[in-house]
Amino acid sequence: MTTANSSAAPALPDGLVVVVKRDCETCRTIAPALADVAAKRGDLTVLTQDDPQFPDTPTPLFDEDLAFSWHHDIETVPTLIVADGGVERERTIGWQREVWQRLTGIDDLGADLPPMRPGCGSKSVDPDLVDALRARFGGSILSARRIEVADAEDEIEMMYTRGWSDGLPVVPPTEARVLAMLEGTARAPDEIVAVIPPDLAPATVEKVAIAAVMAGCRPEYLPWVLTAVEAACTDEFNMHGLLATTMPVGPVLICSGPGTRAIGMNSGGNALGQGNRANSTIGRALQLVVRNVGGGRPGEIDRATHGSPGKVGFCFAENDAESPYGRLAGEHGIADGVDAITLFAGEGTRCVVDQISRHPDSLARSMAAALVSLHHPKLIMAFDAVLVMGPEHARVFAGWDRAAIVDAINEHLTRSGSALVRGADGIEEGLPEAFADAPSLPKFRDGGLMLTYAGGGAGLFSEIIGGWVNDEVGSKPVTRAVSY
Amino acid sequence: MARTLLDPTSERTVAERARLPRPTSVDGLTVGLLDISKPRGDVFLDRLEQRLVEHGASVKRYRKPTFSKPAPADLRHEIAVECQLVIEALAD
Repeated sequence: MTTANSSAAPALPDGLVVVVKRDCETCRTIAPALADVAAKRGDLTVLTQDDPQFPDTPTPLFDEDLAFSWHHDIETVPTLIVADGGVERERTIGWQREVWQRLTGIDDLGADLPPMRPGCGSKSVDPDLVDALRARFGGSILSARRIEVADAEDEIEMMYTRGWSDGLPVVPPTEARVLAMLEGTARAPDEIVAVIPPDLAPATVEKVAIAAVMAGCRPEYLPWVLTAVEAACTDEFNMHGLLATTMPVGPVLICSGPGTRAIGMNSGGNALGQGNRANSTIGRALQLVVRNVGGGRPGEIDRATHGSPGKVGFCFAENDAESPYGRLAGEHGIADGVDAITLFAGEGTRCVVDQISRHPDSLARSMAAALVSLHHPKLIMAFDAVLVMGPEHARVFAGWDRAAIVDAINEHLTRSGSALVRGADGIEEGLPEAFADAPSLPKFRDGGLMLTYAGGGAGLFSEIIGGWVNDEVGSKPVTRAVSY
Repeated sequence: MARTLLDPTSERTVAERARLPRPTSVDGLTVGLLDISKPRGDVFLDRLEQRLVEHGASVKRYRKPTFSKPAPADLRHEIAVECQLVIEALAD
């Protein structure tokens, strides 16, 4: 058969073609029938996957590199194919005596064999082999530059040296791993996903898949990563500004929908912390796209004064299945049951402790007291915030919908302009003097306080994620349905 | 056997362009002053304008819609067509 490293499909011989392996009991059972077909027809070709001595008759071709099996989509052995002019006309899998009799035109074929036997898995779909086969035969669909790692070179160290890492080790993006990653989406590898700042370089699905491999994603996370990249690289979200700013902010990915549970995301205990692969790697993959495709690196275009741990990657799931007040994506117009991501330009988290309040008004006042100091107690309207309410705090608001909760908190977040202007309270920072006569100013703009629901186990706590400069001046939260 | 990795970068090569020589004088030149919309950037630029005019330059003022996004292509083009020199204020 063909030699390795060929991506061209081996031709289909005309007549009858059977693929077998000795390791399959059904194949061994029907060996006499193969000999019978060979004796009665001159156009039988048998290919064997594991043992060139099997079957004895007729002499088989050895599909040693599984090129034939791969390219002709053999999933089961035995498979019988009827071909004419190099084109497949019909196939059957396993042993079904009547079907084999009809396709071979031999009425008494296998008369002494059982009427039906299921086949076995083809070696070309063996889970231990399939990634290597996909790389060998499917590699030509990848267009990224190939970089050879010398024998004596450590690939992890080599990737650090090239500046591909965010500081943590990255998984080497081999052809086999990237091809396996691409199985996670129906989108073509050469499709452009987005133009990535700051270099404004186009990122293909393939480049995003490479970043996802490096970040440690599984293939089923890839649609989430692709959607996050698309959402980040919009004029509204303004990834360029978020990268370039001196503030300690990065993209925060808030995921929801049944798909979060299908890929095993954590929306419960420690949802904002470490230890869950999907939470830890999806946001990181987006940041690796920005770093490696967009060229956005700290000390260069990234001018953050302090940065924050979340800039490695900040991603969590809302517990929308158990939320008493729906989910953020719903507030942003996504229909129930649809997987979605909200990208928020945010900093790290800060805890709101209130273990005493058992009445909604009291807890709303506590939340407001914690939120008022966001970035600076005298700066208002310019920054949004995500409030990640824990289940035990949410229980205090039982029966309230999200608008009622947010309104109750906002009600305690208004202050007079005179308290906020520069110089008030002996603090030079503050609003321009022109606001001094305003009787009541809110801390947050309309929709600027966004309520989510995550966390689990005991604890009368919630978390605040403070935002970057909002709206046209900075970033608007962007919510997108996940595209698969 | 050598292992092969796929390049995660944009695979672009960086174009290097030499800077234009510095003019020995601004006398008779048009200087663009780009305010990036940071607070008090105008204070800095007002003073620069005053000094440039004293030295015989004519000054045109421009402003980005927001400091957080790159200057729009049209604005960059306008400055390139109308000015020989440009100063961008990053003041806060």
